[in-house]
Amino acid sequence: MLSFILRRLGVIALTMLCLTLVVFFLINLDPNLKKLAITQTEMRATAEQQESWLQRNGYRQNFFIRYGQWLGVWPKQPVIDPATGEAKGRFAFCNEPAVPAFSGILQGDFGCSTKYKVPVSQKLFPALGATGLLMFWVMVTMVPIALLVGILAGMREGSRTDRTLSVASIATTATPEYVSGVIFAVVFASWLGWLNGSAASATSQGITFYNFTLPVMTMAIYGIGYIARMTRASMVEVMTQQYIRTARLKGLSFSSVVIKHALRNALIAPFTVIMLQFPWLLTGVVVVETMFRYQGFGFLLVQGAEANDIDLLLGCSLVSVFVVLFTQLLSDVGYAYLNPRIRVQ
Amino acid sequence: MQLEYIGAFQIVIGVIVRFWPVWVALAIVMGASFVYRKQLGLYGQLYGTGVGIAGVGICFFWLFTAIFAHTIAPFDPLAQISVMKDALPGAIEPESGMPFLFGGDKLARDVFSRMVEGSRIVLIIAPAATAFALMVGITLGLPAGYYGGRIDQILSFLANLVLAFPVILLFYLLVTPGIMDTPIPYGLAGLFFIFPIIFFCTLFYTRFKNRPDRLYWLMGFTILVGGWIYIGLVFNADPFGIVSIAPNQLNIFVAVVFASSPGVFRIVRGLVMDIKTRDYVAAAQTRGESPWYIMLWEVLPNARGPLIVDACLRIGYTTILLGTLGYFGLGLAPESPDWGTAIKDASRLLRSFIHPALPPTIALMSFVLGLNLLADALREQSMKD
Repeated sequence: MLSFILRRLGVIALTMLCLTLVVFFLINLDPNLKKLAITQTEMRATAEQQESWLQRNGYRQNFFIRYGQWLGVWPKQPVIDPATGEAKGRFAFCNEPAVPAFSGILQGDFGCSTKYKVPVSQKLFPALGATGLLMFWVMVTMVPIALLVGILAGMREGSRTDRTLSVASIATTATPEYVSGVIFAVVFASWLGWLNGSAASATSQGITFYNFTLPVMTMAIYGIGYIARMTRASMVEVMTQQYIRTARLKGLSFSSVVIKHALRNALIAPFTVIMLQFPWLLTGVVVVETMFRYQGFGFLLVQGAEANDIDLLLGCSLVSVFVVLFTQLLSDVGYAYLNPRIRVQ
Repeated sequence: MQLEYIGAFQIVIGVIVRFWPVWVALAIVMGASFVYRKQLGLYGQLYGTGVGIAGVGICFFWLFTAIFAHTIAPFDPLAQISVMKDALPGAIEPESGMPFLFGGDKLARDVFSRMVEGSRIVLIIAPAATAFALMVGITLGLPAGYYGGRIDQILSFLANLVLAFPVILLFYLLVTPGIMDTPIPYGLAGLFFIFPIIFFCTLFYTRFKNRPDRLYWLMGFTILVGGWIYIGLVFNADPFGIVSIAPNQLNIFVAVVFASSPGVFRIVRGLVMDIKTRDYVAAAQTRGESPWYIMLWEVLPNARGPLIVDACLRIGYTTILLGTLGYFGLGLAPESPDWGTAIKDASRLLRSFIHPALPPTIALMSFVLGLNLLADALREQSMKD
């Protein structure tokens, strides 16, 4: 088991390395660097001024050297001021050192956000916290509802309840966040006026039922259908097993058979599904946070991508890849733990 | 100037009347299919259940809407008639005397016509991109599942790499306007679009290699037609000028194929690993058939059930992806009538006007719902066999 986890962690590290390399390559394409230079210099800066800005801040160094600097295996060079010939940090707002130093991800330095003019870690971790809060409430609403719907539907296959709930879950999986978000906002914010159509106040004044329900609801609804269908499938399978029939023939009531015998076995598969929902939730987070103006991870990602903020985007991709792969690992390990018939080699 | 309005009832009647070619086509196709459902195999069995009929009906509805879009839409989706700015549903356009059935948007365009024309963009890109993703996924998934070992490790690692990528970030990086100046989208397009040609060539070669009379004919046809489309799509240099694609659409196409083919790969790989233990595969191996013959003519036909279901779901998923692209304003032109872009435009103004937001959202939702219902019915039917 331990060697399995270690090997998987190794694969995770390798994947993160490859992915950041790809992201690094894509955001350092010439058109993207130009975009960065345009946002960072004055509006009317000429092409030469933009080019010299890129030169001065080290964006024209060799690709691999720059990747190494970001990673922390190659020293970051200070910028030489052309007027005074003095060496100084690259971006004054990040307190970068004026001497060559190893300062990258491996040293715990996420770099410097050119859009917000602060170190990336100062922006990234509060945003992650905010998103974590959103995710927590999404999970708290989504998982119990989805499991309940799935169990009720799968309990008696083919019944009227089953068909109604199945069609309802199919309908929710057909509703992406940007569709349900718009519909909910129309109904609950514009029409009924019960809820706030924007979650911007959640960041500054803390979350309330009034400003936080719409984002949570929008995100939860897309996942509910999927998890419910998986739970239903697993429940249907369990209900045809021999031990369920034995329990029924023993004279136990239907409800006690469901609760005591079926439930425990039927919930193994949904566990993995819920864990594997995280990549989906990450995309959902981006849409929902943009739509409701909630300053979390997804909002940051979009802002960074629009301004081509290199270090911020790399930090974001690192975090999201880690979340995706780590939940995959957790789901595999958890599955093996829950289902004694599966043994990890 | 005061606009005149028609009532809610007249709007409903008006919408139903505008869709008349769709109703006619639906009645003919579905009526005929229902009568001859016994002879139509899996497709005919769909007409046996309510869910199946609903799924087929919704999908056909949008298909025919896309085909007859120019007849249905009363106005040009891009035309701005300034007096109709933010007009409420049912407002009558003074010049032509025709109503804006679902009102006008903030740029004074007809929301109804935009929704109808938008179906064209969605129904061309989503199924086509899914088809290419299926080709790529199948061509790579077959050897990965059949041979296993090193090939499998490398391909699975690559697939997981793409799957671990946050989709939105991938789109932001791949579908920026700047990237059109680099060779990356063309390179990727060149890579992805070669897969169908390889697939069909291998398919025909393995089957007919001892029958040159049919082989040459089929191979020549594949290479000729495939090459023609390939040149038209990748280099935009079709000598006849029929096959062409706008650079930004190519970019979207490539990004969507890139994002969804690893999913197909994983499914195909799993199916192949299951099917290759069957007796008929062992029999073919004993006969001395080549590995690719076994993969393409023994394994693949037996994996078709789950693949068809997955293809239905995947078209829906691709539609959602396209909407996401439109929602973030990536790739498609800002005035494009596709549903995602329309949702983005309307959702910014929800506080003042809600009517431009509803038609595209409901359109997108119903189309994906139709596909999901279809997939569900297909799955149920294939389980019965």
